Amino acid sequence: MPQKTMRQAINEALRQEMERDPRVVVIGEDVAGGAGLDGEADAFGGVMGVTKGLYGQFGEGRVIDTPISETAIMGMAAGSAATGLRPVAELMFCDFMGVCFDQILNQAAKFRYMFGGKATTPLVVRTTYGAGLGAAAQHSQSLYGMFTAVPGIKCVVPSNAYDAKGLLIQAIRDDDPVIFFEHKMMYDLRDEVPDEAYTIPFGEANIVHNGGDVTIVALGNMVRVAVKAAEKLSEDGIGAEVIDLRTTSPLDEETILESVEETGRLVVVDEANPRCGIAADISALVAREAFEMLKSPVRMVTAPHAPVPFAPELEKLYLPNADKVIAAVREIIG
Amino acid sequence: MQLSRDDLRTAYRAMVTIREFEERVAVEFETGDMPGFVHLYAGEEAIAVGACLDLDEKDIIGSTHRGHGHCIAKGCDIQGMMLELFGRKGGLCGGKGGSMHIADLDRGMMGANGIVGAGAPLIVGAGLTAKTLKTGGVAIGFVGDGATNQGAVFEAMNLAVVLALPVVFVFENNYIGEATGVDYAVGSGDIAARAAAFGMPVDKVDGRDFFVVHEAMRGCIERARNGDGPSGIEALSPRYYGHFQGDPQNYRGADEVERYRAEHDCLKIFRQRVIDAKLLGDDDLDAIRAEAKALVDGAVAAARAAPPPGPSDLMTDIYVNY
Repeated sequence: MPQKTMRQAINEALRQEMERDPRVVVIGEDVAGGAGLDGEADAFGGVMGVTKGLYGQFGEGRVIDTPISETAIMGMAAGSAATGLRPVAELMFCDFMGVCFDQILNQAAKFRYMFGGKATTPLVVRTTYGAGLGAAAQHSQSLYGMFTAVPGIKCVVPSNAYDAKGLLIQAIRDDDPVIFFEHKMMYDLRDEVPDEAYTIPFGEANIVHNGGDVTIVALGNMVRVAVKAAEKLSEDGIGAEVIDLRTTSPLDEETILESVEETGRLVVVDEANPRCGIAADISALVAREAFEMLKSPVRMVTAPHAPVPFAPELEKLYLPNADKVIAAVREIIG
Repeated sequence: MQLSRDDLRTAYRAMVTIREFEERVAVEFETGDMPGFVHLYAGEEAIAVGACLDLDEKDIIGSTHRGHGHCIAKGCDIQGMMLELFGRKGGLCGGKGGSMHIADLDRGMMGANGIVGAGAPLIVGAGLTAKTLKTGGVAIGFVGDGATNQGAVFEAMNLAVVLALPVVFVFENNYIGEATGVDYAVGSGDIAARAAAFGMPVDKVDGRDFFVVHEAMRGCIERARNGDGPSGIEALSPRYYGHFQGDPQNYRGADEVERYRAEHDCLKIFRQRVIDAKLLGDDDLDAIRAEAKALVDGAVAAARAAPPPGPSDLMTDIYVNY
């Protein structure tokens, strides 16, 4: 099977869906790049180069460069989704949701309910998240928890190129609004990715490492961290089962609870801040539904309750890593 | 005057239906049986009806915080609307939206909006759909004077111009945003000129005069249908009620609303015009108004008799699949 980067896998998913369905359009800042200027018409393909080449194939009517105008991008995407298109809007950094959250929170997420089931809003918002590039507080946050908390929104956080392609195709074919989170440190990571289109269903977590002593739940870029920790732990005879959530809304509660029933221990690894987020949510789920199965307290390995710092030394301290996960596991295994 | 007698009857019927509906909602709301808030459109009927008369099913409108009039002008079911305002089963939105979120996508009505100004980017999206899928439709975005100060509206205007979308903005200037005067809140003092600065033609018209609104909108809609991009009108007409029903309106002059009603009411202007031109007679117009009143009476009776949504309705319509 061919090896592809996550950037290539996402690009391929967009291309194949645009070929399949003329209602699929890509909207965002510099998704082509170069509009109105003398140089190349497809200069950027988005700042991360993910949509590169789509303009040449589909033209300006389907690959729509916008002004720096996030509220209008999200609103136009939501309004076009409710009236017959299947837009994939790019929000360059999820931090920018602070500029345009109303169009997601109060508009797209609520249409179907407010309008008594008459609205269908097949909107996908692709956005980047995560620290590691020294981009600091306004370009490095992991905000999927905020969207997971909103009824009407689905939230996808892929951990590898294979999943990214299958989950994005699912997102585009899905009839509900989906926020699709891409970790900016993962675009060049390679995996085996089939050439043909395929989908991965939402709400089905993936067990990526087997073990019977502790359950480690992770998502996105933290899945690699959790697997690295699990591999080291296994060298010491500790078996960790690593669950990749894939989607936070819907959430595969069953897989988490079944695993904890086996292991009796839970560590949640999340790059986001700890309050009111995915880690706290899953901890609460297990405390609520599987308390009697727990042999030890639940541990959360997350970023601290602090903004993302700039200096590389501080950013490294800020992020969860395999050593922190191992320490958490040892604490509860004793 | 290029409108047929049938068109004139249709226009008058829509205008008086809005008036009867809103005057009745004011009364019903005071009984305490209607939940939430209502923001009434009475006084501005000529704008909604003048803007929507030439639209058809492929055209989409986006409404404001004051949305009942736009619903009626676009052909939404009166009884469904009244049921919705009472929060009853069978309402236009199943009793889950209410006045501030009333919508009917089947009729091309994308919704009133609880967030002032938020509808403008959405209607740009409807314009994008029309252009991309070549439906031949246009998208009409109603925007209140208060909303014209929101960044979302500025962004929407700019993007509509940049992408040359088939969008028409209808800026409804009723002189007051909530309880603050337009002259205070609009820095430039001129909504039409400010909108025009985004790069589209915007006429300022007397929103009390149906014929003026209709004529101005005819040009805007034709421009959009021809692929010549967005345009707009600023239509001025007072609202007869408060920002919300129950608003004490102590920010207004003592006899201000009575003066508007007596001197420049849009229904009276319309009536006088068609009678003077011998196009419709008193009997014809009175009969239409009586029908509208009966329609609203029936809608209120039906709404008061209808059951509320049941427990099973709480958790439906959140997702298509979850």
